[in-house]
Amino acid sequence: MNLRAVAAIYNFEMARTFRTIGQSIASPVISTVLYFVVFGSAIGSRINNIEGISYGAFIVPGLIMLTVLSQSVSNASFGIYFPRFTGTIYELLSAPISFVEVLMGYVGAAASKSLIIGLIILATSSFFVPLEVRHPFWMLTFLVLTCLSFSLLGFIIGIWADGFEKLQLIPLLIITPLAFLGGSFYSIRMLPGIWRQISLANPVVYLISGFRWSFYEQADVSLGISLAMILIFLMLGLVVVYWIFRTGYRLRN
Amino acid sequence: MTPPDKTPALEIRGLEKTYQNGFQALKTVDLTIQTGEIFALLGPNGAGKTTLINAVCGIVRPSAGQIQVCGFDHVTHYRNTRDLIGLVPQEITTDAFETVWNTVRFSRGLFGKPRNDAYIETLLKRLSLWDKKDNQLRMLSGGMKRRVMIAKALSHEPQVLFLDEPTAGVDVTLRSSMWDQVRELRETGVTIILTTHYIEEAEEMADRIGVINHGELILTENKKSLMKKLGKKELVIDLAQPLTELPASLAGKPIQLLQDGQQLVYTYDTLQENNGVAELMDELKTQHIRFKDISTQQSSLEEIFVQLVGQA
Repeated sequence: MNLRAVAAIYNFEMARTFRTIGQSIASPVISTVLYFVVFGSAIGSRINNIEGISYGAFIVPGLIMLTVLSQSVSNASFGIYFPRFTGTIYELLSAPISFVEVLMGYVGAAASKSLIIGLIILATSSFFVPLEVRHPFWMLTFLVLTCLSFSLLGFIIGIWADGFEKLQLIPLLIITPLAFLGGSFYSIRMLPGIWRQISLANPVVYLISGFRWSFYEQADVSLGISLAMILIFLMLGLVVVYWIFRTGYRLRN
Repeated sequence: MTPPDKTPALEIRGLEKTYQNGFQALKTVDLTIQTGEIFALLGPNGAGKTTLINAVCGIVRPSAGQIQVCGFDHVTHYRNTRDLIGLVPQEITTDAFETVWNTVRFSRGLFGKPRNDAYIETLLKRLSLWDKKDNQLRMLSGGMKRRVMIAKALSHEPQVLFLDEPTAGVDVTLRSSMWDQVRELRETGVTIILTTHYIEEAEEMADRIGVINHGELILTENKKSLMKKLGKKELVIDLAQPLTELPASLAGKPIQLLQDGQQLVYTYDTLQENNGVAELMDELKTQHIRFKDISTQQSSLEEIFVQLVGQA
């Protein structure tokens, strides 16, 4: 395994993050703080507790997931699309590296950035609401798996996109609505029957549910199903990326 | 990875590439390049030069054929082959916001080589980039960016270097300096394969020439023997007194009266045993045509290239 290549890609991508620290880290953190101010303090103070948890605290896992999902997708898609756009991809394609190593570098870096942002938001939220993480191991497990699987999705989008418009298309039209409707700001148990059933088709529900369970031991679906769903999503992503590298789709043709 | 001894630097057999839109860029290309050679690949735009290079470097997936680099198959031993190859692409593609130092170091890491700051320092100094090492690439001139591309390609100490039109858009001074650098590289044992539109570049640098047109390698030949085989030689005679017309005895011969009758130019084939030069001299003497100077000139590679591509 060409671990030096993995490290080179990873360090290169992380250096880009720190070079544009305002855009990469500060911006999502500020956005989340604004969510807390508006939904947590201003509106949240007029909302009753949800299943014994203050509304401000209830939305913390959802807000972290909301940011982590969009950051994972945008970081990874931009990371691989930019070399394609500028033409520097030739170096990657001519280097002695396998697709697994390419993935480890790009997806690993994108997931790391999202993880860092997620943890910063978690720390930031503790200034606004009383926080309790009952199962830190599962919290980290869900966070890492989500970062990885959505970075993988972002990587696929970055390969598929042939313009900046397409790069934004799926995050804007699919990821953000799914994240908002996946229970970031509410429990899907609060929905009427039919809407609750429809919501169960949204994969983000399972991520947020499992992640919220790790905080408060309250979930819309069981922990096992949440975990299974995210692992299935991760595997699907790996299969698609394997196919991309096997066929050279949008890379070697 | 050390390549097996005495194997060609590059061996291509039956290489074909048809793109998804049906365009056949390469048609059964066979080519062998020996270690330490400078090989120039010539061809008009769209002839298949870059596709050939990209196929060898792993950027384009060939439709058929085998490629071996220093004895290693480019599919089954892709890590070995790619490790041995450095590529300077035609387009200047850089990460605009990276520094020279970081981008060259990144390239070395990407090819799996351990960090070696001393080597990169030497490389940048050799390419006159050392004083720009902390500059972002967007701050550099076109010529400097081209040199950065070379530095990136050499960062992992390749044995085979592809230069895809390395001096396109580069000024005369820098071009000359790049030629010197290429020669220096060859001295270190690196095999160099270059494509160029500047025929004089190939004439100046290459040991062997390949001409590709419409995806077919129509010729590979040692540069000197190619020029000898296909080159016509001209005997230029500056006359002491201008002529108004060619004497009747010279009519029908490959001879022209030029420069307002002050110059005779006789074209002959160097490979012919009797090239007719002696007879021409005798005839001039017989006709009392005196001359003040005499010289010969070989047709250039450019003329040969135009002739070859025109025939294909």
